[in-house]
Formats: sequence, structure tokens, C-alpha cells
Amino acid sequence: MIVQTLTFCLLAAVTLASGVMVISARNPVHSVLFLILAFFNSAGLFVLMGAEFLAMIMVIVYVGAVAVLFLFVVMMLDINFVELRQGFLQYLPIGGLVGLIMLVELLLVLGGWAIRPPAGVVAAAEPAVAGVSNTEALGSLLYTRYVYLFQAAGMVLLVAMIGAIVLTLRTRAGVRKQSISRQVSRRRDEAVEVKEVAPGSGI
Amino acid sequence: MPTVHAVPDLAPALPEVILAVVAMALLMLGVFRGDGSTRTVSWLAVAAMAVAGFFVITGPSDGVVTFSGMFVVDRFAVFMKVLVLIGSALALVMSFGYLRDEGMERFEFPVLLVLATLGMLMMVSANDLMALYLGLELQSLALYVVAAFKRESLRSTEAGLKYFVLGALSSGMLLYGCSLIYGITGATDFAALSAALSGGGEVPIGLVIGLVFLVSGLAFKVSAVPFHMWTPDVYEGAPTPVTAFFAVAPKIAAVALFLRVMMSPFGGLVSQWQQIIVVVSIASMVLGAFAAIRQDNIKRLMAYSSIGHVGYALVGLAAGTAEGMRGTILYMTIYLVMNVGTFAVILNMKRAGAMVEGIHDLAGLARSRPLMALAMGIFMFSLAGIPPLAGFFAKLYVFLAAVNAELYALAVIGVLASVVGAFYYLRIIRIMYFDAPSEVFDAPVASEMRVILAAAAVFTLFFFAYPAPFLAGAEAAALALVR
Repeated sequence: MIVQTLTFCLLAAVTLASGVMVISARNPVHSVLFLILAFFNSAGLFVLMGAEFLAMIMVIVYVGAVAVLFLFVVMMLDINFVELRQGFLQYLPIGGLVGLIMLVELLLVLGGWAIRPPAGVVAAAEPAVAGVSNTEALGSLLYTRYVYLFQAAGMVLLVAMIGAIVLTLRTRAGVRKQSISRQVSRRRDEAVEVKEVAPGSGI
Repeated sequence: MPTVHAVPDLAPALPEVILAVVAMALLMLGVFRGDGSTRTVSWLAVAAMAVAGFFVITGPSDGVVTFSGMFVVDRFAVFMKVLVLIGSALALVMSFGYLRDEGMERFEFPVLLVLATLGMLMMVSANDLMALYLGLELQSLALYVVAAFKRESLRSTEAGLKYFVLGALSSGMLLYGCSLIYGITGATDFAALSAALSGGGEVPIGLVIGLVFLVSGLAFKVSAVPFHMWTPDVYEGAPTPVTAFFAVAPKIAAVALFLRVMMSPFGGLVSQWQQIIVVVSIASMVLGAFAAIRQDNIKRLMAYSSIGHVGYALVGLAAGTAEGMRGTILYMTIYLVMNVGTFAVILNMKRAGAMVEGIHDLAGLARSRPLMALAMGIFMFSLAGIPPLAGFFAKLYVFLAAVNAELYALAVIGVLASVVGAFYYLRIIRIMYFDAPSEVFDAPVASEMRVILAAAAVFTLFFFAYPAPFLAGAEAAALALVR
């Protein structure tokens, strides 16, 4: 138990610290690298909760795809982030004040209220079924009870795909593309020209 | 041992299935045939919406639930789906000429409109917080893309980006609200939520906070004050047929979703949300009336007008009664017709092949195009709420509901706001009829435009003669919602 608590504290502390570094690092590439660290640690937190499938998804999707994509974008766009941050100190006092007021308000509202389900409300998440792995349980729910949501999410992704193509794809003129049929149908006499070269004179 | 699950009943969701399949088939058709097929794809999309509409009308309508309780079809859903489909189909038909003239004929446009419509139908039928969110997101994502569809235009791109950023923010608020509600009650299903919350007793404060976030997200989608900031910029920047689309179908779907969420799961908490809706409604009516006065761009003016009209529609919701729901449903029906008609005129404001958008460009329309000016005049009088046109009855029923629910202040402010709002609608009529004529608009008006314009004008003008079927339909829809 103590090991678990210690691991949790370690992972959570590193996640928080790297989250802070993501927004405070001067170099945007460092920010993305801290983001990857944060993702890894949250994957660790998932493992600690016994959600190994989500942990793997976290690593594969977020670290493997999303973060690497960010890295590419940051490296390619060449934005001067120092310039973007110039107003930061100027707006810090007023922004901090607004944030503080909102925090106090939230504490006043929620301070006297304990989180407990009122009577007559459905009980929260069901406990894990024994003998069924995480992946299996997710799969059997996703394709039966939540099949509508699964399909709907598929349509959302289709729209995202169409949208990305509609908004960015441009057909440029004068691009040389490979035409396999032309390559294959080419004959020897079209491609090779035999020149008679007199000795000692060059072409 | 594998468990066997029954395949969910697809019959109630048949229109949605049709639209989804048709959208994918049209996408393939477009990809293989190229942009030359845009006209074919567009007509097929309109046909698909008509077929979907047919199955909506003939399909089940007595509160059938499928997909383990996530999808519901009742009289309310049927009525609103028909409105949404009519709005989408007409907006698509009206876009033909514009797409051709502006060189925007790309087959993705009708496909995205079909997918947005699919999202709207899913919103109208949502019976679960998760289904609500996915429907909303499917619709919004398609709308962001079509707002930026004219990608070489800076304003269109800006409109798309602005809409996307603010829309993502509002989705975040909505999701935060949903997660709080789920956290407090342990349910996302509307039926379970309603059962859990109708017991009476003290309402946990966390639930109220979640509800407020949910209302904020929905208010953004219907562009009610104070979440209206995006509307004028997006309406002005987006290509005009897209603006016409934005002004009708998504607004109807979002209002329908608003009604269902407020009445179905949170119907027992009317006292908790009523004051929020009253404030939002008053603010929208007043801002819509005053801010539109200074506008010279007709698309921007229509944006403020739509903010005001959402305010009037929410008056019915604020009443929280079956009568109020009937008023709102009827309001959206009439709003659909008036707006389609108005945008049919705006889409014909074209001079030497280029669109013009200033309201002073309408000067002297009465002499150069008497019929078009007459139709526009009818729509403007109706939007202002002058009897005996349809817009008057729309306002009448929501205000009556508010009075019967003893929300006198709301009704009085609403009437005053509509008097102020009448100023800018009448100003357009003055410009059309009494100002010195400017140059004539391009002829000829496309035949499909003429049909839409005439039908909308006739409906608006003669609604008072035979309102019974619409009243009965709205009444049945409202009763399905208020149990």
C-alpha cells in the first residue's frame, strides 16, 4: 500500500511539474518534450488505477502521434514565442487579480458543500467484473451498449478528415507526378538517342 | 463464454442511417467524378434529405427509445426534424447559383451540409448527455468547415477560425457541465436523470453549477446573449448561402436541443433554471433590438436579428409550461420560413456578377424589382411582428405563454424590444420604397429562388388564414416534451 501511495505521489508530482514546465519553458521544443513527459506520467497513473488499456492508448496515441505532431509543427512553423509572451508581465497583475477573485468565489460557493450523492440517485460506476480484462470489458461495452456513440464518433472523425482536406488541399499546377503507364509504355527509341561521335572532337 | 447481444432496433433511427450512408456514398461519387459532379451531388443530397424527411414523418413517433436508451423519437423529435430537414434542403438549393458564380463548386459542400444535418437530427433525438454532445459536435465541426469554405477570402477564413475557437470553448463548458451532472447524479441517461431529480428535496449545489455550465454551452450554440459575440462576425464573414444555412437549420436544432434538455432531464428543476433563461432571453431581445439599429451590412443585421429572435423563442422556454413549449416550437417554424425568404432576397443582391451586402444597395428596389421588394417587405414586416403576418402570431403565442406563467416583466420587456426592433426592419422597407434607386441588380433570378421566395412570402402572408395544422403539430410536439 505504501509503495502504491509513494508511486502515486511521485507520478502525480512529476505530471504537475512537467505541466507547469510546458507553459513556462522558453523554448517551445522543450515545452513539447515536457508535454511528452506529462503524458508518460499520466499513463503511469492509469496503470496504478488498473486501467492498463488506457495507459497503453495514452502512450501510443498521445505520445506516439499527437506529441510528435506538435513537435513537427513547432519546429516547422518557426514562431517567435518570445515575442508572443511580451505582454505577459504587463497583464499579470490584472489577470492574477481576476483569477484570485474567481478562486475565492468558487471556494465560497463550494466551501460548505460536501460531495455526496443525494438520495434516490443512481450509484456511481460499477466495480470491475472479475476475470475480465480491461480491454475485453471496454470492447464488450463499446460495441454493444455504446455502439451508437461509437458510430457517431466515427462520423465526427469523418467530418474532421473531410474538413482538413477541404481547407488545406490545393491542386498546384506544374507539379511533376509519376505516371506509371507512361513510364511503362516508353520505348527504347524514345528514350535513347545514339549519336555518332567523331574520335577526338567531343559532342 | 461470449455473451450474445441483440442488434439494436434501427427502425427509429432510419432517417439518420439514410443520411449517414448517403453522405458517404456521395463522398465517394464526388471523389471519383471530381468537382464537375457538384451539381449532381447537391441534388442527390437534397433528395436524400427529402427521403429522410419522408421516413421521419412515416416512422414511429410515440416516444420510442433505442440504442440502449440513447436515442428517442417522439412527436417533438419528428416535428423539429422535419423543420431542420426543410431548412437544410432549402439552404442547399439556394446555394447552387452562388457556388457556381463564386467558383466554389466543390462537391464537399453538399456532403458537409448532409453531415451537419445528420448531426442536427442526432441532437434533436438525443436522450443521453453523451449522445447530445456527439450530435452537437458532429454538427458544429461541419459548420466550422463550411464557414471557412471560401478559403481564399480572408473574412471567410476568419469567420471559420473565430467560430471554431469560440465553439470549442463552449463545447468545453458544456462538457464540464455534463461531467459535473454525471458526477453528482451518476447518470447520463435523460430518463434516469429525470427520475433521479424529480424526487424533490434539496438540489445539490454542484448539480446547479453543472446545469449553469450546460445552459451556457447551449446558449452559445443558439447564440443567445451573453454568448452571442461570434454571431455577427461569423454571419458576415461566411459565404452568404452558408450564412443562410446558419440562420435556419442549426438554430432550430440547437433550440430543439435546448428545449429537450431543459424539459426532459431537468423538467423537475424549473425553479432552478427559469431565472437564468429569463435573464438570457431579456438580454438577447434587448441587444438584438438595439445593436442592429446601427448596422449597414445586411448579413450583420440579420445576425443581430437572429440574436433577438432567439431571445423571443426563449421566452416560451422560460415559461416552462406546455403552452410555452408550443409557442417556442411555433416560433421556430415561422422563423424558419421568414429567414429562408429573407436570405433568398439577400442571395439575389448581386451587381455586375459580384455580391453586394450593404442595406443601401437595396435602394429603389421597389421600382426595379417590384415583386422582390414586395416579398422582402412582407418578410421585414413579419420579422418586426406586425399583424396579420406570421411573425406576429409567433410572438403572440410566446408572450401569451409568458403572461400565463406570470412572467409579466419578461412579456412587457419583450413587447418593448420588438417595438424598438421594428425600427430597423422598417428602415429597410423605407430604403427599398422611398430612397432614390441605385443600380439595378443582375437579372434573371434563378427559377428555384423564385419558387422559394414566392412560397415563403405566401406562407408568411396567409399564415393567419389557416394556422390550425401548425398549431396542432406544435401542440402535440410540446405535449410529448412536457410530461
